[in-house]
Amino acid sequence: MEQFDLTFKAFGQSALLIEWPSRLEENILNDILRLQSALENELIEGVIETVNAYNSLTVLFNPFKTNVVELQRVVKTLHLKGAIPTTKSDKIWKVPVCYDSSFGIDLKELSQTKEMSVEELIQLHYQPTYLVYFIGFLPGFLYLGGLPKNLYAPRRPSPRVKIDRGAVAIGGMQTGVYPSESPGGWNIIGNSPIDFFNPKSNPPCFAKAGDRIKFFPVNMEEYEKIRAEVLRGEYKIELHDSVS
Amino acid sequence: MTASVDVLAPGLLTSIQDRGRVGFKKFGVPVSGAMDQQSAALANHLLNNMADAAVMEITLTGPQLVFNSETVIAITGADISPSINGSICPMNRPVQLTAGDTLSFGAAKKGVRTYMAVKGGFQTEVVMNSFSFYPGITRQPLIKKGDCLPIYASRSSGQLKSVVKEDPTLFVSPELPCALGPEFELLKKEHQKKIFNIEFSVSSDNNRMGYRLNGGSLSYPDSYSMLTSSVLPGTVQLTPSGQLIVLMRDCQTTGGYPRVLQLSETAINRLAQKRTQDKVLFAPLD
Repeated sequence: MEQFDLTFKAFGQSALLIEWPSRLEENILNDILRLQSALENELIEGVIETVNAYNSLTVLFNPFKTNVVELQRVVKTLHLKGAIPTTKSDKIWKVPVCYDSSFGIDLKELSQTKEMSVEELIQLHYQPTYLVYFIGFLPGFLYLGGLPKNLYAPRRPSPRVKIDRGAVAIGGMQTGVYPSESPGGWNIIGNSPIDFFNPKSNPPCFAKAGDRIKFFPVNMEEYEKIRAEVLRGEYKIELHDSVS
Repeated sequence: MTASVDVLAPGLLTSIQDRGRVGFKKFGVPVSGAMDQQSAALANHLLNNMADAAVMEITLTGPQLVFNSETVIAITGADISPSINGSICPMNRPVQLTAGDTLSFGAAKKGVRTYMAVKGGFQTEVVMNSFSFYPGITRQPLIKKGDCLPIYASRSSGQLKSVVKEDPTLFVSPELPCALGPEFELLKKEHQKKIFNIEFSVSSDNNRMGYRLNGGSLSYPDSYSMLTSSVLPGTVQLTPSGQLIVLMRDCQTTGGYPRVLQLSETAINRLAQKRTQDKVLFAPLD
């Protein structure tokens, strides 16, 4: 296992920012998540919560109980310890997506700029298994890694004021699902009938950083059926059998 | 518990807030909570409430409320001319109300955000350990006409003489004490000085998520591209267009713009009481 050099920065008076090399890389994510679970398991005095992103972990703390110098010492020790248990997730969530043109309002334009058929584009999108790097932007918005290079597409020149809940979209080298209605500038290619965020559930998101997502195509009829089950609270998101 | 505060008119942007939603950032859930935590804490303190009791946050245009049981209230923060049954209601001290009393507000005289605490705190729904309203998390994003907000009936036992003096700098001082942000070094050398030497003004684009500031025309190298990372209330982001955005209590959990400064709690509270075109000045801590 590669040992990464960490950079420490005070982030205001009550947070410590820990940074890994500035790369989008699964090994880096795994190292971050390992340190995060070690920090949570150790119940370190004064630590309130930790938040990860692509190459960083932010530790929020109570400044009356600890400080950045003390925390940095604790983190360094934990990180160096080869004994930190591996917590790698083996979960692959199966997420239905309806790529019907009534949802995928940018499919046609995108297929033209990519010089491929709409069918090819859709297939390219649901074939890979995507890695959840973290959740941010909106409650339940998963930052996914693993979009095939030939689907990279710049954000739209001016963002749309309203994007539907469930919209599946491509922005730059990322793909994701809008968990709630919001403004947004990504290219919309479909819609998922399942909910990515439910404030009444504990935890509120079925997926977490380190899990994987596998999209599978459904037609309009199946979409409506699943959506109705979701609204009745009867739909159970399935797990894929094995890590590919 | 049958007591309630009934909403005859909701006001412009009235919500229930507390100290915020802690522990859910990893699901992308904003912290939320009272924009000016100092005034909200003062209102609870005046009533001997728990520090995490829920208060009402009122923004410039106040609601009209009827109390259908006796209770004790305390109003702090921005002065928007509160009155009970038409007579002036004092601020920054506990006030005993009786069943049927109507609380209304008038002209905005000072500040932007007013806080009203009730004895025992508002007993609205708790979602993810917090009372704080947020769209898509609580059932409603704002208080609306016809709402009945549950409270505890309460009669003050002692004399109501506890009066506190509010912090005068809260409304007057343009100074925003801050620490250097994680990407401060990205600013050109002359801009690292400039950011503390010039006045910025609050743009009309200011709300619970963030305040955009005008002035400065700061910049960072075009070639710089940052991987999305954590942001906090009080994070000052520099956009590619050169405008600064100060993130506030309802901000997203992650962002992709350089984080050049990080405001202190005092500074966030002060900024929460500033209006469009008010001047602000960043002041380095230490």
